[in-house]
Amino acid sequence: MALSDYSFINLVSVREDIVSKKISALDLVELYLIRATKEDKYNAFLEVFSDSARTAAAALDQKIASGEAIGELAGAIIGIKDNLCYKDHCVGASSKILDGFKSLYTASAVQNLIDQDAIIIGRLNCDEFAMGSSNENSAYGVVKNPIDTSLVPGGSSGGSAASVAANLCMASLGSDTGGSIRQPASFTGLVGLKPTYGRVSRYGLIAFASSFDQIGPFTKSVDDSELIYRVMAGKDPLDSTCSKQPVHKKRSTQSKFTFAYYEEVINSPGLHPKTKELFFNKIEVLKAAGHEVISTSFPYLEQLVPCYYVLTTAEASSNLGRYDGVHYGARSKASEDIPSTYFNSRTEGFGPEVKRRIMLGTFVLSTGYYDAYYSKGQKVRRLIKDATDDILSKADFLISPTTPHPAFKVGEKANNPIALYLEDIFTVQANLAGNPAITVPMGTTEGGLPLGFQFLGKSFDEETLFAAASLI
Amino acid sequence: MEITDKMIEKLTDLSRLNFDGDQRDKIKGDLEKMIAFVDTLNTINTDGVEPLIYMTKEPLELRKDTIGTELSQAEALSNATSKDSDYFKVPKVLDK
Repeated sequence: MALSDYSFINLVSVREDIVSKKISALDLVELYLIRATKEDKYNAFLEVFSDSARTAAAALDQKIASGEAIGELAGAIIGIKDNLCYKDHCVGASSKILDGFKSLYTASAVQNLIDQDAIIIGRLNCDEFAMGSSNENSAYGVVKNPIDTSLVPGGSSGGSAASVAANLCMASLGSDTGGSIRQPASFTGLVGLKPTYGRVSRYGLIAFASSFDQIGPFTKSVDDSELIYRVMAGKDPLDSTCSKQPVHKKRSTQSKFTFAYYEEVINSPGLHPKTKELFFNKIEVLKAAGHEVISTSFPYLEQLVPCYYVLTTAEASSNLGRYDGVHYGARSKASEDIPSTYFNSRTEGFGPEVKRRIMLGTFVLSTGYYDAYYSKGQKVRRLIKDATDDILSKADFLISPTTPHPAFKVGEKANNPIALYLEDIFTVQANLAGNPAITVPMGTTEGGLPLGFQFLGKSFDEETLFAAASLI
Repeated sequence: MEITDKMIEKLTDLSRLNFDGDQRDKIKGDLEKMIAFVDTLNTINTDGVEPLIYMTKEPLELRKDTIGTELSQAEALSNATSKDSDYFKVPKVLDK
């Protein structure tokens, strides 16, 4: 078999090919290194980790040759979003302020993959500090959608989506604060998972909004998503918000489900007609298979994105306070004293969207506005969570399209931040309430643009979420 | 809500960010738009609602108070723009 003919099926079959010596890990790495460098027409990879990937592959081949046990992800070539730390490798959250920064440790989620013999191939472009829905906010340029390069891949994990969609790696990791995995997965025809808040350790994830952020996989199948999820999830003494609940090792065998959806949203004129058509087609498929589908309403639809926005910007303004140009990261050359070091380094280092969010976050936390905005947001978040729990006491899942529209043109919404925020309407609920959610492709527009179908499930019940996701 | 120059002054100071000239007008306009957008929260009655602060139900445990080395001094200094063998260096704080 010519090496370039190797076509990826799924992670289990890659492992089998490695074990049966149909292909060596090193040959696989060489193949994907070529793809990630020469075939990346999308600006997906910021850096390819050639040396460490080759070293890891050689070590894996050695293990196999000597008959040692190998991990569940042996041979998996995985890219990571540029906000995940990998010791001795650069990481920058696609921001100038972290230019040249080298990780001093490895994120627990990434380490869990490596411990199961996955090979980390490189770091992937994203919106700066994971703030955006189009990957147009990266200091290192826009990422293009492999399905149509005039379109955005979605964001903020745009590089993670584009790299897998274009077969530059087998799977990737992203982070999801308000839809940053699910929306780009939907725009590129992939499966994207946001696990339950606290299910995957955030240690080594560059923080955006700490009570929202979760790491999750981009994959070509639900099976691969589940495999990576299981390897990543579980307790971590290095993240005190990471749950100690055991991770189930098997998919739920439940075969009949009740699904709820927001009828008024799906019928709203703001939705792309094809989104609506495909969504209702899938509902018919589910009904025909004996599942129950009920319509429901949600009293806080209008507040979802504003609530997300108030709380995430507040948390971001606090989290990004650490970038001061002193201990690490870029320092302005115009610094004359301590205050100008802070002001100039931050002003030069952060891009416009990050600054905008820091300013709003500072506003909602400032004296005189804290109660009316920040505290108010936390109270509304409680109501949103309770109302979400209420729906999930009557149904197994809340279902929706993942996004109202397919991928849009680069530059189309760049000057209208509010229009971009509305792209998040279906995805933010899972982050506000902490629930797990997964997107799976549900079809394409006439023009061939993919659209996703989202399942939002009960907290810490990913096992049932995967069972439902495999129905589509 | 109208964002005044005084508010911008206060927010930029708290944020340690500079906005000059056109950028100042732009951030002012952006803030006004964003605040109008999030103002819909105030249409919801939240009397008697406890703010949701922690997303985890499990009690947060403190780790054992044991001595350990997470980063060596050399590692901690390795990403600094300006340093010597022992310290982070910053521009002069006090004049002679």
